[in-house]
Amino acid sequence: MSESIALSHDAHPAGRGLTRWIKTTNHKDIGTLYLLFSLIMFFIGGAMAMVIRAELFEPGLQFVNPGFYNQLVTMHGLIMVFGAVMPAFVGLANWMIPLMIGAPDMALPRLNNWSFWILPFAFTLLLLTLFLPGGGPEGGWTLYVPYSLELGYSFPFLIFAIHLMGISSVLGGINIIVTILNMRAPGMTLMKMPLFVWAWLITAYLLVAVMPVLAGGVTMQLFDHFFGTHFFSVAGGGSPLLWENVFWFFGHPEVYIMILPAFGIISEIVPTFSRKPLFGRTSMIYALASIAFLSFIVWGHHMFTSGMPVSADLFFMFSTMLIAVPTGVKIFNWIATMWKGALTFEVPMLFAIAFIVLFTIGGFSGVMLALAPADFQYHNSYFVVAHLHYVLVTGAVFAIMAAVYYWLPKWTGHRYSEFWGKVHFWVSVISVNVLYFPMHFLGLAGMPRRVPDYAVQFTDLNMISSIGAFVFGSAQLIFVAIIFATIYGGKKAEARAWEGAHGLEWTVPSPAPYHTFSSPPEVMG
Amino acid sequence: MSASADSYYLPHGTPWSILGSLGLFGFMLGAGVWIDGWNLLGPLIMGLGILLLILTKLGWFGAVIRESESGVYNQQVDRTFRWAMAFFIFSEVMFFGAFFGTLFYARLFVVPWLGGASYMFYTHALLYPHYRALWPTNGPAHVGGAFSAMPPWGIPALNTLILLSSAVTVTLAHWALKAGHRRKVIAGLVATIALGVSFLLMQAHEYYHAYTHLNLTLHSGIYGATFFILTGFHGLHVTIGVIMLSVILIRVLRGHFTPEHHFAFEAVSWYWHFVDIVWLGLFIFVYWL
Amino acid sequence: MKKKWLHAAWCTSLLAAITMPTLWAANLYNLPHGVTPVSHAIYGLSMMAFWIMCGIAVVVFGAITWSIIFHRRSRHPKPADFHENTVLEIVWTVIPFLILIAMAIPAARVLIRAENVHHSELTVEVTGYQWLWRYTYPRWKINIYSRLADSSLRIAPLHSGRSPYSTPHYLHAVTHPLVLPVGEKVRLLITSKDVIHSWWVPDLGVQMDANPGLVNSIWVKILKPGTYRGQCNQICGWGHAYMPIVVVAKPKAQFLSWVKHWRKRHPQALSPATTPDP
Ligand code: HEA
Ligand code: HEA
Ligand code: CUA
Ligand SMILES: [Cu+2]
Repeated sequence: MSESIALSHDAHPAGRGLTRWIKTTNHKDIGTLYLLFSLIMFFIGGAMAMVIRAELFEPGLQFVNPGFYNQLVTMHGLIMVFGAVMPAFVGLANWMIPLMIGAPDMALPRLNNWSFWILPFAFTLLLLTLFLPGGGPEGGWTLYVPYSLELGYSFPFLIFAIHLMGISSVLGGINIIVTILNMRAPGMTLMKMPLFVWAWLITAYLLVAVMPVLAGGVTMQLFDHFFGTHFFSVAGGGSPLLWENVFWFFGHPEVYIMILPAFGIISEIVPTFSRKPLFGRTSMIYALASIAFLSFIVWGHHMFTSGMPVSADLFFMFSTMLIAVPTGVKIFNWIATMWKGALTFEVPMLFAIAFIVLFTIGGFSGVMLALAPADFQYHNSYFVVAHLHYVLVTGAVFAIMAAVYYWLPKWTGHRYSEFWGKVHFWVSVISVNVLYFPMHFLGLAGMPRRVPDYAVQFTDLNMISSIGAFVFGSAQLIFVAIIFATIYGGKKAEARAWEGAHGLEWTVPSPAPYHTFSSPPEVMG
Repeated sequence: MSASADSYYLPHGTPWSILGSLGLFGFMLGAGVWIDGWNLLGPLIMGLGILLLILTKLGWFGAVIRESESGVYNQQVDRTFRWAMAFFIFSEVMFFGAFFGTLFYARLFVVPWLGGASYMFYTHALLYPHYRALWPTNGPAHVGGAFSAMPPWGIPALNTLILLSSAVTVTLAHWALKAGHRRKVIAGLVATIALGVSFLLMQAHEYYHAYTHLNLTLHSGIYGATFFILTGFHGLHVTIGVIMLSVILIRVLRGHFTPEHHFAFEAVSWYWHFVDIVWLGLFIFVYWL
Repeated sequence: MKKKWLHAAWCTSLLAAITMPTLWAANLYNLPHGVTPVSHAIYGLSMMAFWIMCGIAVVVFGAITWSIIFHRRSRHPKPADFHENTVLEIVWTVIPFLILIAMAIPAARVLIRAENVHHSELTVEVTGYQWLWRYTYPRWKINIYSRLADSSLRIAPLHSGRSPYSTPHYLHAVTHPLVLPVGEKVRLLITSKDVIHSWWVPDLGVQMDANPGLVNSIWVKILKPGTYRGQCNQICGWGHAYMPIVVVAKPKAQFLSWVKHWRKRHPQALSPATTPDP
């Protein structure tokens, strides 16, 4: 290892106070920032969801006006997607990828800092709109035109906030790709890379590919709104369906952006607690790649009722259904990994198993939605809301929680309380099903989404769902308490915090020192 | 600090990103306030934001250049920069892809459908019985009034020639740099910049012509919209390219770059080629076909 | 050995405890079987998909449960270390693929049928507005504006202090319904005058977006007289929840007399092009 670098590290210890966090180029600091930011956003988005659920507890309006309800739904969707789930995954990538591939840091540390620090400003801009006359954006997170163009003062801020999120994601994505391609320790060949890293390589590629498309799309909205163009109005030869196509060309890969890193996490956790190597490594990687590829050609499944030609409906129906095959491969491989292992059920494993089961349920409803004629009945009903929360909450968010429990000892040097972790898990896993399972039936029975008020026959299930929501929301307070308790205390964690864990991240001490792998480690076969 | 081949270079602490974020925030906030038509606060905040952004970029790139010149960047850093630039350009390709996609969708689907083709028979029959699907079009409502399309074989063809030759000159400059002929590098760069600037001037003239003589404006339906958004964003990229080339020129004049070590030069030339190729797409699909 | 059985019994009862209410709810809160050939076909398709998913779920969740019970460290302390099995992997790639094909074929059939609007006997134009529907019968120059009924309107506002429970069809009642004949293939031409709306009546198996400036076509053939309710299903602003759809299906003769009656009461003949916006 080079002497000079070691010296320069000593010369640059972690800074002090606020400036440390603002100026930091350290991947661990930045990872922490991302994770904290995401937690805050999860609570803001979650608080909005609580208002939504309170309003939906009963028919009739109790708390909010319809316009504000629409704003809540829109903000909830945007914040959870762009503010909570994506930054959480990027935070995990920042923390873990360099540790897993034996790199001293991300490839572009300064850019990394910038990718993060754009985000708080982006969301400030977005949240500010709530205080403007007329309030925030209200067309749903899908921003369908021309409703979206009817917005008042909030419109340009919404567009610019999305631009900022896009810049942040693209820069972050580039950084992750370059880190993985270029910073691996000698001997860490692509095929030896941990699955989490693989998942992120592919995810980052998706990010770089589709965020600019969204940016282009909202730019066209901006032009239509302010500069008199007619991209989305038929009078001038454009079409509102153009927006739907642009949005979903971005939007569908986007939902896989939110699940592929989760697949990576589960592929790390399941082998550890099964004490058995991951089953079908190679096919797992191919499955990831095929899912990513397919995600570019299925966007029309969100538009079955928009009036596409039958040929397009058929194409999108078939391509969408195909995704079940590689996803199934992943599910089966995880089960085969557990098969004949020596399983133990620490909290990360509990969340991982819950992920496998509940994500699969979300996948099932996805396949049902993919049947175009059936989607004529399901579309925009609570069946879709059930589907998207199964894949996003019990999918993406559960995976994030699993990852937090899994790596918390590495980050903090302390073990979290297994007891409270299990309390958090069991309360969450039960209440989340009370929250979302009834939504399937509401949807089938004909309850539309994005309404503040509904016909009385939907009351019972909505009440059940809302109660589930309040319990699930409260349970997340336990999560936060556990995290902070573990940061500030708890049993010491060893370097290899889990006996079944393999991988470079477990070879460095817990907590991981501020600088790791200043010289590349040996990677064994 | 110095670096050897088997170690990494890591910068420590950066003030630039937070300033850059503030700049971006000011830029966007100001733009929003301005465009919402509130008051003069908008342009002011926006101006401050842009200023901050520019200063940040100056400081940031200045730091990177200093580090590069002091030799702390090894081959690995060089590779990092290359990959990063390649993927950045890929993201730009996708950005333009959104607008090209829009153009193709409008031309291949929307306009024929409005004219009654395929399954949108009823749309045509009920709403636009007199509309004939011809490109260029400003739609069934003839928004923006009668206009003429931009003919390809005037300024646009000339501009194609200009950009193609600028691709040659920038490549010549690159070869010269590799061969160590500094004077030729400078000549090549100056020529490229001059060509880029004349492209922009021509395009400005073209826009003027479109607005004053052809009545081709942003309001001219889908044709005008796609025309201006594609050529406009392209022009913006040419402008950025010219600025980047100028920075490179200054650096060459200051004696930066060696025949082996000149990533910044290459990055800019990649960028320039990318802008060039986008233009070819524009020329073919926007002007010509 | 005995313990194994105990576990199996445990699991079965747990599974039953989850499945029973599910099936109960699936029965009570399910897609309506509906009253059109398409709604029947969709119902069949949906139920088929549902049962297939249940079947896969039993296999997949069964395997996980088995593993959780029998491969826990306390029972199975020595982990195996296999990590590949090509045959197995091919099997679980091919079988899902075949299952999907088995679903795709009937789905494609239903789709093609649902979107074939040819040979219809009556055409009705449906236009969405913020927030009401207009129904136009070009043949008889009839024009109906259909809004949320006053009974719901009085209750809906925040702090109205009235209870929705005692109102019949709260949010699903309109001023004037769309009246259609039973047994005829009716073509609906759907469009909008402002933002995107969506015309959704579950009992008819129809959901089609109303796009401004574009006309979508869909068809219904109602097999049973009755009243069928739905609502706008694309977020369209403040009044999105207050844009119900009610379709009344009458036997042909009664339908024709309704037409006569309506025209007598609204004598001014309107062609669609001259129809005023509300
Ligand atoms: C993480 C996010 C995520 C993920 C992973 C998915 C995964 C899938 N989604 Fe989902 N989807 C969303 C997020 C996601 N979705 C969101 C947010 C929306 C709503 C957007 C909005 O309108 O606001 C949506 C909406 C949505 C629709 C549109 C519904 C509508 O608006 O009418 C459709 C339709 O086809 C669909 C389908 C699918 C399918 C087929 C999958 C598949 O990838 C699922 C594959 C998985 C499995 C099938 C389970 C495991 C497989 C096996 C065990 C093998 C055997 C199985 C079979 C043979 C079936 N989704
Ligand atoms: C990853 C994304 C994500 C996540 C995590 C969630 C989480 C939740 N969502 Fe989300 N949701 C979306 C993505 C997500 N959602 C999207 C994309 C849409 C579509 C938007 C659109 O239509 O445009 C949507 C729409 C949506 C709807 C439909 C609204 C409508 O169509 O009218 C509902 C309704 O119940 C809902 C509820 C919830 C609930 C209860 C949670 C809970 O899981 C949240 C739990 C978290 C907390 C509650 C925060 C933590 C705790 C506190 C703040 C302490 C205080 C607690 C109490 C007071 C109890 N969501
Ligand atoms: Cu009209 Cu919703
Ligand atoms: Cu999708």
